[in-house]
Amino acid sequence: MRLELTRRPRVSPLGEALAPVVALLVTLVIGAILFAVLGQPPRRALHAYFVEPLSEIWSLHELAIKAAPLIIIAVGLSVCFRASVWNIGAEGQFIAGAIAASAIPVFAPDASGPWVLPAMIVLGMAGGAAWAAIPAVLKTRFGANEILVSLMLVYVAQLLLDYLVRGPWRNPEGYNFPETRSFSAAATLPEVIATGDFGGRANWGIVIALVVAVATFVLVLRTLKGFEISLTGLSPRAARFAGFDARATTVFVFLFSGALAGLAGMVEVSGAIGQLRPSISPGYGFTAIIVAFLARLNPLAVIVAGAILALTYLGGEGAQITLGMSDRFTRVFQGVLLFSVLASDTLVRYRVRVVHGSAGKAAA
Amino acid sequence: MTESIILTIITAATPLLLAAIGELVAERSGVLNLGVEGMMVTGAVAAFAVSYSTGSPYLGLLAAAATGIAMAGIFAGLTIGFATNQVATGLALTIFGLGVAGMVGEAFVGRPGVGMEPIAIPVLSELPVVGRVLFAQDLLFYLSVVLTVAVALFLFRSRAGLRLRSVGDRPEAAHALGLHVGRIRTLAVLFGGLCAGIAGAQLTLVYTPQWIENITAGRGWIALALVVFASWRPLRLAVGAYLFGAVTIAQFHAQALGVSVPSQLLAALPYLATILVLVLISRNRRFTMINTPAALGQPFVPDR
Repeated sequence: MRLELTRRPRVSPLGEALAPVVALLVTLVIGAILFAVLGQPPRRALHAYFVEPLSEIWSLHELAIKAAPLIIIAVGLSVCFRASVWNIGAEGQFIAGAIAASAIPVFAPDASGPWVLPAMIVLGMAGGAAWAAIPAVLKTRFGANEILVSLMLVYVAQLLLDYLVRGPWRNPEGYNFPETRSFSAAATLPEVIATGDFGGRANWGIVIALVVAVATFVLVLRTLKGFEISLTGLSPRAARFAGFDARATTVFVFLFSGALAGLAGMVEVSGAIGQLRPSISPGYGFTAIIVAFLARLNPLAVIVAGAILALTYLGGEGAQITLGMSDRFTRVFQGVLLFSVLASDTLVRYRVRVVHGSAGKAAA
Repeated sequence: MTESIILTIITAATPLLLAAIGELVAERSGVLNLGVEGMMVTGAVAAFAVSYSTGSPYLGLLAAAATGIAMAGIFAGLTIGFATNQVATGLALTIFGLGVAGMVGEAFVGRPGVGMEPIAIPVLSELPVVGRVLFAQDLLFYLSVVLTVAVALFLFRSRAGLRLRSVGDRPEAAHALGLHVGRIRTLAVLFGGLCAGIAGAQLTLVYTPQWIENITAGRGWIALALVVFASWRPLRLAVGAYLFGAVTIAQFHAQALGVSVPSQLLAALPYLATILVLVLISRNRRFTMINTPAALGQPFVPDR
């Protein structure tokens, strides 16, 4: 038995729009089966994962906090992947951005004034872009595989962060805990709605995420630069004939996605955490890859996809508390989701037939 | 002293060599499986769980092999059956694998593992110097050597190996000649999973007989880089694996010698070395062009 794929003459827009929805449903079914295998009542577990986090104001705030970095990173990656450039190291660029942005509150803890946050944003983006520039340059100058280089730099960034918070950047008044000083109010992203009935912890990171998504959507679908990026990804030859420089595009999308990953790192340390610690990300840089694919590389759709994956983090934490389930299940879930998204994409582009034996071959 | 250093280098190199030799075969058939890390880590946890429960490291090894094959089966089903994007599917496999391994492994954190005992080969193991180093090793070391030689012979000295390479270079031509591209690629990917699973078993049965979350620590990715470094040739792969084993071990010996460098910098050495090696090897474009499987990473859907 094997599968026979026939390219569809025309890809239906409806199919394209429905594919991620189908993928989500398939993931939920597989998830329910996995819960049952693990001895959890599937309905209750799914409820704990996907409904409970949406039922209260404070948990919606948590959702926004987790969605913000995912959306910001995934917007950058969606541009990068459109060009068929594989930046897999957003996690490292996220950390590099967080480190760079923290330089101000670490070295100038008393700094105050309205310039502090914008300066941290600029530093964060520069840090992320610089970290991403390494694989970009090694790729374009020497042809080194960008997937592996960007990934190796994730480990290097994690070790660099570890070194800083245990060594030179450790809080001098922190009883030897491996963490920096807590950031002052001037270096902290404020809450969007701090008080009142709808008040909570969510900071301006989510607003930044929405602005970034909309602006990138315009860049990608309404400007020549966006066309250049997409064309380079779809048909490098055609792009060359059009006079577009593939190397320049590679560098551009790497710097772009790196800067956004760095921005996400800044948002996370300044908004959600308030200091640097040995570990500042539950794998946002990798999860954002799933977000980008679930959104079919559309920067606007990334907003919805980011919220969905933020929900899996939140659901995982909730299920750990209410059901005593391992929070590792979140990653299993995320992996299955990406599998389903990719498979559903095939169903949109191809007609899939199951062929028994080798009859199909003879007919060819 | 030198002997013990060489022994530790071998132990550090074996999992890299095992994982990379499997990936090399898969890539020669034109399939880029970035899920090595995920297959390896599930193999590692399966080996630990089964050997811990049964007391037999060899049953653990079998479980790891089966797990690796099953993981590769998911990948093959998607990338070959469904012609999905290989890069993204491989990443999904790694995320999935790390999640599964973390979940299964939670119950085993801090438990004592069952180590695999060395097997001394009679006569040979009594040779001076090389005897202890090469012929009194564990089964997985011998397996890595045998597999490397076998893969080299298979790829470049057998008809089946030629077919596999042709599928990786020109799938259209291979298809036109009546070769089953999908079947050959599936088998190559499954072999890659088998090897990655065994490589994972080496970590929990030989390297450090215990379960630590994320025990693979990027070794699956380094194995992928090794395949590029070796320009898709098995014997060069062995050289690369031992070089990397030496780099990994260098950090421990540097610490023991009291080198005053932050431990994090030493720990970053294997990753930095990987980047350096990738740059050096890729600089010569013609050399890489000649050796890279021409259809690497591209799904093949025959036009009927």
